[in-house]
Amino acid sequence: MTRNAESLKVVFVGHVDHGKSTLIGRILHDTESLPEGKIDQIKQACAAEGMEFEFAFVLDALLEEQEQNVTIDTTQIPFRTSRRRYAIIDAPGHKEFLKNMITGASNADAAVLVIAASEGVREQSRRHAYLLTLLGIKQVIVVVNKMDLVDFSEQRFQEIKTEYQKFLVDLDLTARCFVPASAKSGENVAHKSEALRWYHGPTVLEALDATEPTASLVDLPFRFCVQDVYRFDERRIIAGRIETGTLRAGDELIFSPANKSSKVQTIERWNTEKNGVAIAGDSIGITLTEQIFVERGYVASHQTETPIETNRFRADLFWIAREPLRVGAPYTVRLATQDVKCQVVSIEQVMDSSTLEIKIDKYEQLDRNEVGRLTIQTRAPLVLDNHDRIANLGRFALVDDGEIRGGGTIFGGIYTDRTVAKSKNISWTGGKITPGQRALQTGHRGAVVWFTGLSGAGKSTIAQALERELFSRAMNTYVLDGDNIRHGLNSNLGFSPEDRVENIRRVSEVAKLMADSGVVVITAFISPYLMDRRRAREIALEGNAEFVEVFVEAPLEVCEARDPKNLYKKARAGEIRDFTGIDAPYEPPEDPEIIVQTDRQTVDESVATILEHLLPRLKADSADE
Amino acid sequence: MTESPRTHLDQLENQSIFIFREAYHSFKNIAMPWSMGKDSNVLIWLALKSFFGKIPFPVLHIDTTYEFPEMLEFREWATAHYQLKLIVKINEEARARGIGYETHDPVTVTHELKTVALQQALAEYKWDALITGIRRDEDPTRAKERYFSPRNAQFEWDYKDQPPEFWGQFAATTTKGEHVRVQPLLDWTEVDIWRYIQRENIPIPQMYFARNGQRFRSLGCSPITKPITSNATTIDEIVTELESTRTSERAGRAQDHHERNAMQKLRAKGFL
Repeated sequence: MTRNAESLKVVFVGHVDHGKSTLIGRILHDTESLPEGKIDQIKQACAAEGMEFEFAFVLDALLEEQEQNVTIDTTQIPFRTSRRRYAIIDAPGHKEFLKNMITGASNADAAVLVIAASEGVREQSRRHAYLLTLLGIKQVIVVVNKMDLVDFSEQRFQEIKTEYQKFLVDLDLTARCFVPASAKSGENVAHKSEALRWYHGPTVLEALDATEPTASLVDLPFRFCVQDVYRFDERRIIAGRIETGTLRAGDELIFSPANKSSKVQTIERWNTEKNGVAIAGDSIGITLTEQIFVERGYVASHQTETPIETNRFRADLFWIAREPLRVGAPYTVRLATQDVKCQVVSIEQVMDSSTLEIKIDKYEQLDRNEVGRLTIQTRAPLVLDNHDRIANLGRFALVDDGEIRGGGTIFGGIYTDRTVAKSKNISWTGGKITPGQRALQTGHRGAVVWFTGLSGAGKSTIAQALERELFSRAMNTYVLDGDNIRHGLNSNLGFSPEDRVENIRRVSEVAKLMADSGVVVITAFISPYLMDRRRAREIALEGNAEFVEVFVEAPLEVCEARDPKNLYKKARAGEIRDFTGIDAPYEPPEDPEIIVQTDRQTVDESVATILEHLLPRLKADSADE
Repeated sequence: MTESPRTHLDQLENQSIFIFREAYHSFKNIAMPWSMGKDSNVLIWLALKSFFGKIPFPVLHIDTTYEFPEMLEFREWATAHYQLKLIVKINEEARARGIGYETHDPVTVTHELKTVALQQALAEYKWDALITGIRRDEDPTRAKERYFSPRNAQFEWDYKDQPPEFWGQFAATTTKGEHVRVQPLLDWTEVDIWRYIQRENIPIPQMYFARNGQRFRSLGCSPITKPITSNATTIDEIVTELESTRTSERAGRAQDHHERNAMQKLRAKGFL
């Protein structure tokens, strides 16, 4: 049974030279986890460098590390006890390596914090404990190492324990136990120590064996984060990972932030007998009974336990980039598979992560290795949970220029408040604003989405539903239709063939300008002539705007039966002349980018089809290429 | 009714699939080097799982021209069986110059016929990400890898200044000329690989199983890959053997041991 049991990830932290690497080397040695000849090989290497052999060198496999005699990066090393298997994460003790410490420790289930008895509690002993709380690691074993250097003194051990416990209380962290040990001589690591017989608690390995993996994610509310939507064959499979909870085929799901719901038809896995159930941690696919639009970043939940949806939240954030984080500057939040533009609205508190000292009067920026409590505003709604409720949906990376610059945990999520608009403007350097710069600010490119189809085919209805969808994604969008064009700009035009041509020409020019200003313009006109639509496309392309032709298709009988404005009746009765489809021709598009068939698809399905093809074309990063 | 807890292998599989899908989303132009070795075949299997039976990017075999014939037979079989988009790359230029094990040392030959061949393929196909099958437990220099590990245009790995990687967020961007090594098997051990091959019944070349008291534990070029003494003819026997041995996996691979820190030097130059 234990052979396949899950492994426990343990991060080793502590002040530099307090003996983390030695302790790890000792554990690997005493659990017989090293390849044969490894120790001899390292002894030879030490002799070649003229150094005394140390267990720490087991880890320092890279040549340069041996030269510098410091650990430079995180490693992950397996070992096992009779109880279970472990993965050791070694995190460096130098303060400039916060980045690597975070990388290593972010996955850990438990931590071993090493304090040298000879030196006592030092700067990094405190700092690392603080970072463990920031990362949400609650199971901590404190090893008071180098007891051989203080004559195995119980009094010294108690002093350190008392001092450090007092500090941990302030962090709201409780150590599982304090273990006196000597990694160098192997006292109290794998074996009980004669020299420490005054101590009756567990050895380091016994203490590790007594820890439990982090609270079960299966018991939390269901969250499924969409990674991608695949159509490699006739199936549309929504691929992603269950972060928490349990999913069964037939469950009714809500997808945030769109708030569309559908039942799960199947749970998809390749080459596995399907049992219709999936749990936290599973990388699966699902198919839905309804053809709702779903894309990467959506979070599915059960209807009774939905996540928070907000564009403003508070977080504790660590910053690891050379360039400081600045209030008002644009960043991107990556939370699970969501990717949303944001800015920091305010910094409420700044703390130096090494001294844990609160900086007074510092509210405009966060420097490298500082931790801040701040408020973030996103451009589009973000789906999240508070970190203390569902950690996987309550933590995020902050990205600038495609690189991870910091990370944070969310607390006290505030619900949407759109009245608090962007408080700081982003100023661009001089010169003409390029489409790429506009796209960078809005998060999408401008475009002309040109609907064509018979009267009654559903152009206006779908255009408005599409506009609403884009708007809810915080995109700049606008519908041009007969109502807002015919009554103003084109009020001097009638329905003669010449006037129709002029009508469409003016719409094309207006659409181009709006697209150039960064708007996704949706035009909803019958636009029956191929020639006119070709010109609209050329005009748009002249202005470097994306042009997407959408054929809103429905048979004439269907449109005539719908006849929402009684126009077909009037045309049949001869009250209107030159009516498209009755006594004027409609030339269907030859090669439209998108076709929706409104006699077979509902409005929602049509919009889903359009979004699927349209959104990839609007990505900001494809501008300026 | 509660679902049974996931095993260690389930967790590894789930994490690897997650990484595959993140890579496929993040990069426009991906390829997956495939050596037909056991890890490589596990990688193929996990890709099939990730994309529901169809691998949506090409697999690349760097053919050193010193391949075991059995491996090439396996290559043909598997390509048809899994419907792989196979690209075969040989460093013809180095072969024309006479680079070979007959005349050169293994580090030089491996560098030319593997690493340089890979560089040539990258230059030709302009991939921005390569999915590799390396594991942390194989060699100490691999222990410090990230799941997404950027390489510069010279193929160099800046292991002193690697990007941070936490909470399932990876370094998923490249500038021109760079590529990212995506490493879904990083957390797997040699025994995990075998247990998984056994559980999933994954086809692998028969050379891993003992014949006449010998078997291959790791497979590379035929002139420099030595079998180990073994009677293990089943996966169970292999696992039992591995659990009692403390010899390192790549001990039979000559290029690693040609000189002190040979692996370190090969990797700094871009070896997988």
